[in-house]
Amino acid sequence: MANQAQYRRPFHSTQPDYLYPPYGSTVKRAPSKPLIILPQTLTEVSGPVFGHEDVKAGDNDLTHQHAGEPIGERIVVSGRVLDENGRPVKHSLVEIWQANAAGRYPHKNDNHDAPIDPNFTGGGRTMTDEHGHYQFLTIKPGAYPWRNHFNAWRPAHIHFSLFGNAFAQRLVTQMYFPGDPLLPYDPMFTSIPDERARNRLISTFDWETTNPEYALGYRFDIILRGRDATPMEK
Amino acid sequence: MSLQMSSSQTIGPYLHIGTDWLITTEMAGPDVQGERIRIEGRVYDGNGAPVTDALVELWQADAQGNYAGAGQPGAASGFRGFGRAPTDATGHFRFSTIMPGAVPGPGDSMQAPHIAVTVFARGLLKHLVTRIYFPDGAGHAGDALLNAVPAERRATLIAQPLPSGQAGSYQFDIVLQEGPSGRPETVFLDV
Repeated sequence: MANQAQYRRPFHSTQPDYLYPPYGSTVKRAPSKPLIILPQTLTEVSGPVFGHEDVKAGDNDLTHQHAGEPIGERIVVSGRVLDENGRPVKHSLVEIWQANAAGRYPHKNDNHDAPIDPNFTGGGRTMTDEHGHYQFLTIKPGAYPWRNHFNAWRPAHIHFSLFGNAFAQRLVTQMYFPGDPLLPYDPMFTSIPDERARNRLISTFDWETTNPEYALGYRFDIILRGRDATPMEK
Repeated sequence: MSLQMSSSQTIGPYLHIGTDWLITTEMAGPDVQGERIRIEGRVYDGNGAPVTDALVELWQADAQGNYAGAGQPGAASGFRGFGRAPTDATGHFRFSTIMPGAVPGPGDSMQAPHIAVTVFARGLLKHLVTRIYFPDGAGHAGDALLNAVPAERRATLIAQPLPSGQAGSYQFDIVLQEGPSGRPETVFLDV
């Protein structure tokens, strides 16, 4: 009775390994021992619930958080959060953060010599609706250098944090932009072994959400783990 | 026919910009029933150095063993069961919460009181999952997960009373990788 329908494990090679030496920070942070496989229990198939007492209208607009408008190219980023069965992940929390148009984060650890934009902080959040749909208004982030290797540059990206509806669905990922020449040189992007999986993190330009004389639209759908129909046998 | 889960990427060093708004270190409001506990610890890397840019999240049942999540019977009023703390400049995190109750496990078994832990950090291309159990040993013998962990590694999942001796205060360090410090690597779970 207490056996739970299990969230499927990710398809082979669609997820990076913990240890990926081209990304230097993994070397001393990746566990050295194999993970213990745990059949999901009530703990993993339940998860925290968030709502409109947490997320206010307007929290998904990163362009109106200060007195003035941020510098940069306004963009609408939208899409759907679905599970592997194609079902919408409803009423779930989506958090994003990103650099400004010049590739700078207003963060004590960011020493990149590019201007801070006093009108752009770069953090936002929203709840998916009943169709799993979400939308943000922001500006296109810039690429920025990092010290992983000589002349290392991160492609433009937006960080996404998703809770889904269960502890087992939690996901943090990054959205990239189409045609970015830096992608093949980025060890975070190339840490994903499967090329098709990697390319699914690249958003697509979208006329439908492009706002005439205002902002370009980019579409980015996110897939969280799906659950098998029947409880696992003991 | 079915879709494939999106690939995980690291939370990176600038997580604060997107996640600080939901920092939740006082997890139980004054009306929530249960034994008050405090849990604190440090996150360490394979050099034994503190990880100062990690994010630790907790998920737990209430004192009766009920989860507040969707489709669940519901937890004590006002107890969401969620905690979030970024590590500070010394790799330290701290939560105040209530002691969780036992929750159902596989088959007819019960799981010992535990808190699910998620760890994100720069250098972690996927998050890590572990669990906090408690040193009184209640329910440990029948807990399916503890029984699945090699006996010599089980201790990394069990919080210890703080050396200060203050009742209800526990220490739970998270060691991402075994290193020269000799601290044993935390057992991480593939859930």
